[in-house]
Amino acid sequence: MEDYGKVTGRIFDIQRYSIHDGPGIRTIVFLKGCVLRCRWCCNPESQEYKIQTMTVAGKEKVIGRDVTVDEVMLEIVKDNQYYRRSGGGVTLSGGESLCQPEFAAALLRACKDNGLHTAIESTACAPFETIEKILPYLDLYLMDIKHVDSAKHKEFTGKSNELILENAMKLGKAAKELIIRVPVIPTFNNTEREIRAIANFASKIPNVKELHLLPYHRLGQDKYEGLGREYTLKNIEPMTDEYMQTLLKAASESGLKCQIGG
Amino acid sequence: MKYNNTPVAKSERISRMVDYLYSKMPEIEADRAILITESYKQTEGEPVITRRAKAFAHIMDNLPITLRPEELIAGSATKSPRGCQVFPEYSFDWLEKEFDTVEHREADPFYIAEDTKKKLHEVYKYWPGKTTSELATSYMAPETLLAIEHNIFTAGNYYYNGVGHVTVKYDEVLAIGYRGIIEKAKAELAKCNVGDGDYAKRSHFLEAVIMSCEAVIRYARRYAQLALDEAEKCTDPVRKQELLMMAKNCVNVPEKGATSFWEACQTVWFIQMILQIESSGHSISPGRFDQYMYPYYEKDIKEGVITREFAQELMDNFWIKLNDLNKVRDAASAEGFAGYGLFQNLIAGGQNSEGIDVTNDLSFMCLEATLHVRLPQPSLSVRIWNGTPDDFLLKAAEVTREGMGVPAYYNDEVIIPSLVNRGIPIEEAREYNIIGCVEPQKAGKTEGWHDAAFFNMCRILELVFSNGMSKGVQIGPKTGDILQMKTFEEVFEAYKIQMEYMISLLVNADNAIDMAHMERAPLPFESCMVDDCIARGKSLQEGGAVYNFTGPQGFGIANVADSLMVIKKLVFEEKKITMAELKKALEDNFGKGIAPEVAQEVTTQVVKELMAKGEKVSEEQIAQIFVTALNGNVTEAQKKRYDEMLALIEEVPKYGNDIEDIDMFAREVAYTYTKPLEKYTNPRGGIFQAGLYPVSANVPLGKQTGATPDGRLARTPIADGVGPMSGRDTKGPTATANSVARLDHFIASNGTLFNQKFHPSALKGQSGLLTFAALVRGYFDKKGMHAQYNVVSRETLLDAQKNPEKYKTLVVRVAGYSALFTTLSRSLQDDIINRTEQGF
Repeated sequence: MEDYGKVTGRIFDIQRYSIHDGPGIRTIVFLKGCVLRCRWCCNPESQEYKIQTMTVAGKEKVIGRDVTVDEVMLEIVKDNQYYRRSGGGVTLSGGESLCQPEFAAALLRACKDNGLHTAIESTACAPFETIEKILPYLDLYLMDIKHVDSAKHKEFTGKSNELILENAMKLGKAAKELIIRVPVIPTFNNTEREIRAIANFASKIPNVKELHLLPYHRLGQDKYEGLGREYTLKNIEPMTDEYMQTLLKAASESGLKCQIGG
Repeated sequence: MKYNNTPVAKSERISRMVDYLYSKMPEIEADRAILITESYKQTEGEPVITRRAKAFAHIMDNLPITLRPEELIAGSATKSPRGCQVFPEYSFDWLEKEFDTVEHREADPFYIAEDTKKKLHEVYKYWPGKTTSELATSYMAPETLLAIEHNIFTAGNYYYNGVGHVTVKYDEVLAIGYRGIIEKAKAELAKCNVGDGDYAKRSHFLEAVIMSCEAVIRYARRYAQLALDEAEKCTDPVRKQELLMMAKNCVNVPEKGATSFWEACQTVWFIQMILQIESSGHSISPGRFDQYMYPYYEKDIKEGVITREFAQELMDNFWIKLNDLNKVRDAASAEGFAGYGLFQNLIAGGQNSEGIDVTNDLSFMCLEATLHVRLPQPSLSVRIWNGTPDDFLLKAAEVTREGMGVPAYYNDEVIIPSLVNRGIPIEEAREYNIIGCVEPQKAGKTEGWHDAAFFNMCRILELVFSNGMSKGVQIGPKTGDILQMKTFEEVFEAYKIQMEYMISLLVNADNAIDMAHMERAPLPFESCMVDDCIARGKSLQEGGAVYNFTGPQGFGIANVADSLMVIKKLVFEEKKITMAELKKALEDNFGKGIAPEVAQEVTTQVVKELMAKGEKVSEEQIAQIFVTALNGNVTEAQKKRYDEMLALIEEVPKYGNDIEDIDMFAREVAYTYTKPLEKYTNPRGGIFQAGLYPVSANVPLGKQTGATPDGRLARTPIADGVGPMSGRDTKGPTATANSVARLDHFIASNGTLFNQKFHPSALKGQSGLLTFAALVRGYFDKKGMHAQYNVVSRETLLDAQKNPEKYKTLVVRVAGYSALFTTLSRSLQDDIINRTEQGF
């Protein structure tokens, strides 16, 4: 047996007691590096693979560290009781875990060895062969679909969406469970028409039953400043609960089980 | 057991009754004080137990009685709602001194009429030299009084008040009534032979019991008559019928055993209230209400005598009445027990003596009652174990989500073995309930003295730095100049020596107070409902209980553990800070300035030290020392260095983040308090057992504590409960819970207290309830003992500080109990706001 516990990867945070990213009480491991550059990204420090410094509350903080799977597992198992009691587990997030496929696969495998439920939050923006490497160890794929219009997708995320949509169709068959999540961003995709279009697409993916609308929030804004970057969405306002309800209704027309929040 | 957990709607009258209860500021009444004094004047020279019984009977026969509008259960200790009586036999001079301030003070103000002041002045003339508090002082060693004066610990609770902290045999009174108890006492009396060595004591005690029970029966009859009188005047036929039933109930109970659920509620209320007329002790806890009331409920439901709706209404009524009882404390104690709390702990769920889960309809209805009345009392608790039905835990979580800080969650899996470890058989340990804040015991058999003192562990650390000196006085052993210590082990050793010495003084203080209660305030009524007082023929205060403990609480584990870790890492291992620098930094409060009153203390200390060295100190010098102390005489360069030091201190890993080494060290620190205590015994024949919680005293006692090496500034609050210092736990609620669970909760059998604060979003929806329930289960899997949760947003609390009129009914968790937020002092409000919020 290969010693996958020694595989190293680059992460920038481990967050315990996460209750909105998959079922139950979960630990989220944030992997560094992403292929997209979504303007609303609330973890802008996740985008670059290289280790960076960010100013947090007036202090320089190093973002990113290289760790082995074994080291991460030591942190993960601390909450075993809470996972078991809540039906929770581990979620890989980022960044985009698929940018570090060997590490992601090894970490998920180690989680499965410990009997933990596994999930990934991902854009699925990678060659499908890469995705296939992690699927054997994955219980739940939380996949982002941000827009069905490729040009608009490219404008706001830096990449067109063809590969993503194609992978979504394949994942519907290949993943154990697939849930589609839509970050709802004013000026980008928050009209009823756009949300309806995304939901319609999602409803055609084999085996998909659920769709989550994740309302835009500003929690990441300070981080852009901390990284010396410009926050280009400065002028947009978070949506009201009433408006989100309208969008929820629009999405639900697709026949999928829809909800606001993860 | 099968149960019906369908919630029952709230009756309309409940809100009106609550509004009436809180319509004005509580008032101090003089009736009881006058009556006890009248009686005491007539019984001088008689045995103390007889005097107590006669005084009690005099009070029962003459205390004004009243019925509150719409209530279904009779009995009020005062004429005005939420009023309080006064207990001069314990102590009185503090109240006399505070007559003119008690109405305007920040924590728990009380209205007192001019006429009442006059009456009490008159009463107080009788009491000098006769109180328990004065006798206790005379029993204390001089070094003990010195330690108290220098705020190492405070034994204030029982020093100035009755003991309380008991759960009596509600079940027995429900079954046989006071007539039955009188019969038991008479049977014992018949066994006494005049030739027995203890004949005098035994017979007088048993006669006192009989006299007290007869008085209670007469007292209930007075209420029966009052209800009849009011029924006669009543024009509303429905209310008239209610009053007639109440009259009938008060004739039957508590003289005889209860025959219905309504009578049972009336019985338990009389017991609960009258215990708090006999003595000023608080934390008189109704305990397992859902268990001892269930047979009456079950029978009435089965026979169609009552509906579930009416049973709920009666319980809601009982809940409201628990809030009608009140107690005035001295200004300092009021801050330590802020929020008018009487800590009447009522617990639902759990196992029976055979280890079978006995969660029943009433367990759910207890939670429902709290949802209906939304008041701080009772201190509602739930027992959770591996066999607890999920339904029940989820219902509890639903109540938690309401943000009132109730219920508190207790872990059978830890508490039962911890009681067995204290010599209680497993069958009895399984039937435990909680007293007051968090103190487990076996009901009806225990005199636990559960709230015997607050012991400030941070002050011990200060003594290590000062070589046992405080304000220029040698109050502790000389453990050596800390600047000469070469290893961390030397420092820790000095800490242990100071600790053990001060613990011995704490024991001395508690035992002195214990003796005083034994000699001056034995309680025949309370004693007749706890085994084995009647069979042994002696009161609880004289050691009549089967299990006797003294449980003083230590607090400040987080600060002491973090502080010692800072010393170990930064001074000895990494050598980034010298001990001299650290010592100076603490004296200078890390350059953050000190308050004038502290500067004054420092001045006194410096002057005394100078004089001790034989130097003469002029007035000008003293003034100069004061100015220096006040401004800290801290240069800009020093200030900069202090900021650097604080930054270094911040980097040292802290308790509360699930770091095994650090948490295990905190466990060691807790042992320095819990283990030495176990060696000691009390005058009632029991042992000392530690608790680890400060109630709300971490705030006022923090004000008496200088800066600590963990970076805590002088006079700021100390960590609350066994939790980490506010804001230092940054890894989320599971990490904090894991750290806390690493302490040895089994040995702290007087209870541990763990507060967590959640943003309401964490408990949103069904999934929020499920994850919350899983969090409780997970923490309990890890052998945590107790947890309680505040679910209220920071914004809400800040707004409530700004606009108190909008938040009159905002109930929050303080420490082992809940209170109305707006009645708390500003500093305690701030402490609650600053507790780490777990938001998502």
